Amino acid sequence: MGSRRYLLSKCLQAVVTLWFVLTFNFFLFRVLPGDPIGLLARSEHFTPEDVARLRHDQGLDLPMAEQYVVYLKDIATGNLGESLRTGIPVNELIGSRMRPTVLLVGLGTILASWLGVLIGIRGGWRRGSRFDTTSQYSSLVLYAMPEGWLGMLLLLFFSGWLHWFPAGGYASADETGVAYLVDLLDHLFLPLLTLTLGYIGGYAIVMRSSMIDTINEDFVHTARAKGVPDRLVRRKHVVPNAFLPSFTLIILSFGFVLGGAIVIETVYSWPGLGLLTYNAINTKDYPVIQGVFLIASAAVILANLVADITYGYLDPRIKQA
Amino acid sequence: MEQHVEIARSRRVSPWSRRWTTLTGHWATFRTTRRGMVGLAILTFFVALAIASPLLVSPDDLDPALASLPPHMPPSTQAWLGTDNFGRSVLDLLIAGARVSLLVGITAALGAMLIGAFVGISAGYFGGTKLDTFLNAFTNWFLVIPWLALAIALAAILGASLVNVIIVIAITSWASTARLVRAQALSVRERPYIERSRALGGSHWHTVTRHVLPNVFPVLFANTILMVALAILSETTLAILGLSSRTSTSWGTIIEDAFTGGAMTAGWWWWLIPPGVCIVFVTLAFTMVGFAFDEILSPRLRER
Repeated sequence: MGSRRYLLSKCLQAVVTLWFVLTFNFFLFRVLPGDPIGLLARSEHFTPEDVARLRHDQGLDLPMAEQYVVYLKDIATGNLGESLRTGIPVNELIGSRMRPTVLLVGLGTILASWLGVLIGIRGGWRRGSRFDTTSQYSSLVLYAMPEGWLGMLLLLFFSGWLHWFPAGGYASADETGVAYLVDLLDHLFLPLLTLTLGYIGGYAIVMRSSMIDTINEDFVHTARAKGVPDRLVRRKHVVPNAFLPSFTLIILSFGFVLGGAIVIETVYSWPGLGLLTYNAINTKDYPVIQGVFLIASAAVILANLVADITYGYLDPRIKQA
Repeated sequence: MEQHVEIARSRRVSPWSRRWTTLTGHWATFRTTRRGMVGLAILTFFVALAIASPLLVSPDDLDPALASLPPHMPPSTQAWLGTDNFGRSVLDLLIAGARVSLLVGITAALGAMLIGAFVGISAGYFGGTKLDTFLNAFTNWFLVIPWLALAIALAAILGASLVNVIIVIAITSWASTARLVRAQALSVRERPYIERSRALGGSHWHTVTRHVLPNVFPVLFANTILMVALAILSETTLAILGLSSRTSTSWGTIIEDAFTGGAMTAGWWWWLIPPGVCIVFVTLAFTMVGFAFDEILSPRLRER
């Protein structure tokens, strides 16, 4: 398979997956127990006229096929509907919440992957060493912790008891310049720590196991036999090859940037997409939930595509398969 | 002569007694793994607690209206782990929560196992056909979609109840099982005994249930145990977001209550910490047991 065809087939795959998401989303909110309006009417006392009016506003009284066409057209033009509560267009809501989330989860992913890969390299190189066993057990315990609870725990210690950090929220808009930055870091520290601790184990485990796989490859034995110093074997021969799976994992996790921190943002009232989702759940604001689902899925699909393409270049063997 | 009889008999061993021998063999290996045994001990404790919980805690103990102790009371002799915002004993809540959390975790994992096994075996056994292509695309789609976003969308639509939480977790977590089972079924399919079974006139159903399933089962089993850990964590996440049951107490909903009740800023550690510690222990235990079985049952890991 040529690289042109490889690229094309991967893009096609992404488009089909995206179309699947769109269609799934369409039916999810129309076919299951009832449409959003019906669900709202069940929990709050709406008059039949209210229901009919809302239904008409949302275009839910049209035939299904027509609704589907309208829906696809809307999405193509970037229209994700309006919030049932505030009437603000969902794409504006999502746009305004994007920055804090990208800041938090982006930094968290970079930190966690960097530290995790370093831990994995060291542990995998000296398998069974004290460092290895300690990091293995810590990864296991961190993995077993619900990340939201970990966030609450840190909040209890550092904010509730020690009063070192604020109990949540975002930098105050009144501040400017350096003061703003300090305020931002003050608010960012705990959520970032939670996120990093929560994800570090995954990277460490993947890197460690691919280190162990690579160490037994023939070219490593050759390098050793040639008399290449240990340090260089590790840096030049093992790590670059063992890094491939971790690389994919890191690219993929950037796809989860948008939907990745829903719980942590909730715990720290960090005003990003996650908190938006939490509030939408509590107010049964279905168009917002739909919008977040779409955006989060689209981000993951895009990241998958990027991972596939870059992987094809980094490891030409893949393209042949 | 004596020896001859012995051989004749051993040839006729039923598949069940053969499986029993394998099973006891695996158990003997499992017993030698420290990780597995520690995990099993923790699990035995919590399962016993969950089973006995109706004897230890009555519904009245959990009724906010009947709580007699002062709210937010620190641990004391009256309530070993203090009280929550209604004055209910946190220890009572924990014991009742063990039952719900384990129930949700185990049933959701079993649900994911059933879907995953069905899709995976169908795809793997009919590998290379259109059915396989379709099922594979279907599985990959579920693997790509961010599970939490999907779970939130589903749970918001279905409504917050225990059964719905189980359904949502099963629907969002079967795909990795399906992929694993498909790979295993693909390799089993190539083995001579499958061809023999087909050649002797065995139907697809017979071949799948008698030959493919038993050979896929070990992998499936270890995977399901690991899945329980994930399911319990998922329930906690959904509970914190307010998407778990409003009427029954799980460890997740205790954490949610402590969170919305402001336990962190007020320093009510006895309300927040214990349910999380229980979750960590149980998740760790399932993971350790799952890994131990995985090492025993999957040959690739055993060699290492």
